[in-house]
This record gives sequence, structure tokens and C-alpha cells, in this order.
Amino acid sequence: MFELSHASLDHGRQRVLHDISVNIAAGEKVALIGPSGAGKSSLLSLLWEQNPEQIALCPQDSALVDILSVYQNIYMGGLSRHGNVYNLLNLIRPWADRRREVSIIAEALGIGEKIKTSPDKLSGGQRQRVALGRALYRKQPVFFGDEPVSSLDPAQGDELLGLVLGEHETAVVAIHSPELALKHFTRIIALQHGRIVGDWASGSVTLEQISAIYSGGQ
Amino acid sequence: MSAGVFNEASTASRLARLSGGFIVVAILSLFIADIHFYRPDPWQELGRIGLGLITPYWPDIPELALALGHTVAFALLAVAGSAFLGLLLAMWFHRRIVRVFSASIRSVHEVFWGLLFMQVWGLSATTGLLAILIPFTGIFTKVFADILHQQSPQTVQTFGDAPRISRYVYGLIPKAWPELISYVRYRFECALRSSAILGFIGLPTLGFHLETAFKQGQYSEAAAVLWVFLLLIASVRLWLRPKLIPVFILAAIWVLPEMPPVNASFFWQFISQDLWPKALQRGDLIATGEWYGKVFMSDVWPALWQTLAVTQAALVLSGLLALMYYPFASRWLVGGFRPLGRFKLLVLRSVPELMLAYVFMLIFGPSALPAILALGIHNGGLIAFLLANNSEDAAKVQRPDSPTGAMRFFYQDLPQRYPAFLALLFYRWEVIMRESAMMGVLGIATLGFYVDSAFEEIRFDKAFFLIVMAALLNIIIDSLSRRLRRMAGLRTPKM
Repeated sequence: MFELSHASLDHGRQRVLHDISVNIAAGEKVALIGPSGAGKSSLLSLLWEQNPEQIALCPQDSALVDILSVYQNIYMGGLSRHGNVYNLLNLIRPWADRRREVSIIAEALGIGEKIKTSPDKLSGGQRQRVALGRALYRKQPVFFGDEPVSSLDPAQGDELLGLVLGEHETAVVAIHSPELALKHFTRIIALQHGRIVGDWASGSVTLEQISAIYSGGQ
Repeated sequence: MSAGVFNEASTASRLARLSGGFIVVAILSLFIADIHFYRPDPWQELGRIGLGLITPYWPDIPELALALGHTVAFALLAVAGSAFLGLLLAMWFHRRIVRVFSASIRSVHEVFWGLLFMQVWGLSATTGLLAILIPFTGIFTKVFADILHQQSPQTVQTFGDAPRISRYVYGLIPKAWPELISYVRYRFECALRSSAILGFIGLPTLGFHLETAFKQGQYSEAAAVLWVFLLLIASVRLWLRPKLIPVFILAAIWVLPEMPPVNASFFWQFISQDLWPKALQRGDLIATGEWYGKVFMSDVWPALWQTLAVTQAALVLSGLLALMYYPFASRWLVGGFRPLGRFKLLVLRSVPELMLAYVFMLIFGPSALPAILALGIHNGGLIAFLLANNSEDAAKVQRPDSPTGAMRFFYQDLPQRYPAFLALLFYRWEVIMRESAMMGVLGIATLGFYVDSAFEEIRFDKAFFLIVMAALLNIIIDSLSRRLRRMAGLRTPKM
């Protein structure tokens, strides 16, 4: 489904990804691990470009439209399913059917009562839930997340990650917590200094090995 | 997080309600404002103006060059002087008296200062220079104080108990220097516009020739002046080099028209007697009160209503136009169409409002309509330019799966820009009011019309009273705008 062979990426003069070769098949749930600055976000965006239409994206700084309501922020995931006139009218007055759909997602994410508020009045954790809501409402087979539960406490992060992964057939997620990586994913790819330094099926790797990657060692 | 109604609604719906209130007031204003169509067929006149625009012609090049020289000289010397005075006053901005002084001198429009000084110094360099220098000093004082206040105080804290001026000269001013300079640059552009506009009340700048040509229906000549002015504004960045400024200042002094000797006793008589009603000079307070009451009812009251109506209608029109223009000047929103949009905005914000209003007056006849259109188009262009820059800056951090086409504008860029848009618009509110008042000199029934008539009747006491009332209205709107911006949680925008 996604395929890179000997790919590299430069940001200005700096090379952020070196010689990346990777294949990701439909149905795989891949965790990207590695210290910050290792190139996880860059790899995600490189893969994203291969199939943007089928991917529900959840970027790192949640990238919400701050003053619009939580409802509208989640609805934005479904913009491509409707025509411009329909979408414009929705901006003035939300359609009842769409409202029901979005409410169900918001309830599941624990922000049901915040649906009329706007993200500028929410906490970091609540904002991440809204961003996940938009990704869920995209209703795509593939989920791409960049630290999608980093602002939530471990128990909530665990629960929501399970929920989102359950709704998608394939997933590639950059993640900070070794426990979550082992628990929820079928495959773990480790990055360091812009190179892939490990690629395991999640059964064949231990928590200690993953933790070592984060601390920058081998 | 605070409980209550505000938590229920999104910020967008709160801002939409606030905007809706302003729109309702603007619609009501259209009924109050004195709007007429005097010409049943504006197209013929419009055609002649359009033809003039593409066939610019000026018979006497040295004459035009001299007017251009005067325009630049007034602006340059006035900005140099007022920036220096403003910086000096900004150091004492914590004193209430400095704040009140700066607020009152900037609340009076350049044209009104010009009309006042003309009574003493005639159509001279003194009048032109002071008319720009005085209000600009007030503006520089406030903006410089804001900029200096935003600098981190750490540098100055290392100085111990150094005297005030030393603390500023060694610490705050060097730190804020790039920001101060870029504001002075922007103000110089404004000063060029003000300088040109002073021609409409008779000073020997470009505006004088523009008005004369328009009055005689010589649209090719008028267009020549207009194009020269637009080229001047567009080329400022090319010729205004920091190193050349001393040379330009010397040249400007040399170019200035004659400066009459200052006649102290005449000046003293003007401010101690001419500006005040006879009754007050006699010491008859009851008659003074009656006189002010009478003038208030006959002139000030109707003029205030007209000025406010024009202001509110023009404010909302500016906003609507800004939101319509800006997407076409942002690469993120329209891609390759951007240069066209940017060129339009450059033209719209460079043409002085008064010139635009004059053109609209030729088309629609003298009523509030030309003033509203001119103010709306000019300020709309200015705000749109800032919003377009803002939108392009933000494009670097937009997520890759942002919506495309019209939905990119309505769902993402517009809501992201809206708080800054409202802040900019409220920031322009008092500017629009000051200009609505000034537009009266064209014969539109706002405060300027009554001021101009009073000067013509040589009733300086009445003219002065009207100018003070205009200033008061301006100060009220300024503080109202500040309160609204704070209530709506809008940050002071960078110009």
C-alpha cells in the first residue's frame, strides 16, 4: 500500500531522512518510534503524499481552526463528501443529520458536551480529542497520526488509541510511549538521525529494546 | 475556565454576533446619512474619467515637478520632526498629561490643522509643515510608547538607577530600533498622502493641481497628477535609502515654498481672541453658554450625526470589501491570480481617500455616498493587504490535508484570519471617523463642511468649537474601540 525505496528528504540544506526503504501493506498497524528529531514526522509526510485521498490525518499540533466550534472542526473531516453549497449552508447552520453523526463521535471521544464550544477554550488534551474526531469523521481506511494522544493521561490515551485504531484497517502512527506501541500495533519501526534502525513484528521485540531507542542508545 | 453563556458558544459565533451588531447599525446609518443621486446618468462622466485615466497629459512639466517636490518636502520634513518629537514624548508616556496631550493633537485631522494655521500663516510652508507635524507627533508618541513598552525590561534593569533618557537611549530605543524604523517608513507613506490632500485646501502640493484639473473637467491632466502620485508611493522603497535621508532633508528645505516671518502678536491675538466667542472675551459667561448652546444645536448636532452615520457605514463597507479582496492577494488561496490581486490592493491603498471621494462626487454628485464609498474602498484595500500577508505567512504552518478551493477560504483561512481582521477594523475605526469628518470640505454634510463654512464666514470661534467637538468624538470612538477589542479578546494588531 505504501512503498519507499532509498528515499531521502531535505528541509532546506539539512537532510532529515536518509536512504529510507520501507513497505507497508494494507491491514498493518505500524508504530513509528524514536527520539524527537529522528524524522518520524518527515517519514509520515513522505508516506502521506503517496495516497492523501485515503488517509485520515492527525498532525502533531492538532491544527484545528481555533474559533470555529468543535462540531465544525470535526465536520471538516467530511468536507469532501459534500458540495460547496451544502458545506457553506452547514457553516451558517449545521445540518441535523450531520450533527447527529458528529455528536456520536464526540461522545465516544468524551467531548460530547463541548460540541458548541471552540477549541481556543479547550485544554491540550481536549484539543487532541477534537483532532482525533476530525480524523474519525474522514471515514477513511487508513489512519496517520503524529503523537495523537501525547497530551492525554496514559489510561485515556490507551483507550482512545484503541478506539481510533479499531476504526481503521491500516495505520501508521508516530508514538512516544513504548507501552502503547507494543500493546496496539502489529509492527514497530524505529528511527534515529533520519535512518531506519529497527523494524520488528511487535511480538519479537521487548519493552527494554524500545526504551533504549528513545534514550538515544542502541 | 469560566462557566456561563460564553462557554456555550464558539468564539466564531460570538464574533459573528458582534459583527452582526455593527452591520445593523450601518444599515440604520444609511437612512440617517444624507444620500442622494444627483446625476441620473453617471456613466457618461465615468466614461470621460476612464478615458482621462488612460490618456494622462500635463502641459507644464516643471510646474508638476515643483508640486511633486513640495509634496515630498512637506511629508519628509514633517515626519522627521514628528518622529523625533514623538520619540522624546514617548519616554514620558507614563505621565497622564503626555497621554492626554498626544491623544488631543492626533484627534484633529491634518486638513483641520491646515485650515486653522492658514488663518495665521496663509498658504505657506509653515502651514503645510505644522498641519502634518502636529497630528503625526501625537500618533508617533502613542505608537512609539507601545513599541518601547513591549521590549523586555531586562537590559534596562542592568543599568541600575540611570537617568530616564539614558535608560531609553542606551537600552530600549536600540532594542526597538528596527520596529521603530519600519513604523516611520509606513508613516512616511501616510504623510505623502496627507501632504497631497492638503492641496485640496490650497497648499501648493499635488492635490492642488488634481483638484483644479478635476474642477475644470480636464481628466487627462487630473490623471497625470494621479499617476505621478501613485508612482511616487510605489517607488518609495526604491529611493528612500537610509544613507540618503540627510541629503533629501537638505533638498527638502531648499524646495520648500516661502516661509513668512512669524508675527508673534498676530499669532497671540489669533489664539487668545479670534478662536473664542465675543461674549467670553467680555467675560459674560451666561451669554457664552447661550452662544455655545446655539451653535451646538444649529451646527454641531446635525454635523455629529452625519459624521457618525458616514463613519459606521464606511466602517462596515471597509470590512466587507477587505474580506472580499484579501483572498485574491494570497498565494495560498488563489495561487497564480495573486499578482493581479496585489496590484489592485496597492492602487486602492495608495490613492488618498479624498481623491477617491472627489472622483465619486463627480459621478454621483455631492452627498454622503461618495464619502462612504471612498472610505470603504481605501480602508478595505489597506486591511485586505495586511490580511493577505497574514494569510501567506500562515500558509507555512497549515496542515497538508487542508481543504481546497472555496472551502479552504470559508472553513479554514477566513475563521483563522477573523480575529485579526476585527482587530484591524476596530483599529481603523477612529481613523475612518477622523476622515469622515474631514471629507466635509468637499461639501458633504459632515463636520468638515461646517468647519470649512465657518472659516469662510471668518467665524473662527465657531470653526474652533466644531474642531474641538470633532476631536472629542474621535477620542470617544478611540476608547470605545479599545474597550471592544479587549472585550472580544482581540490583540492589538501589528500594522
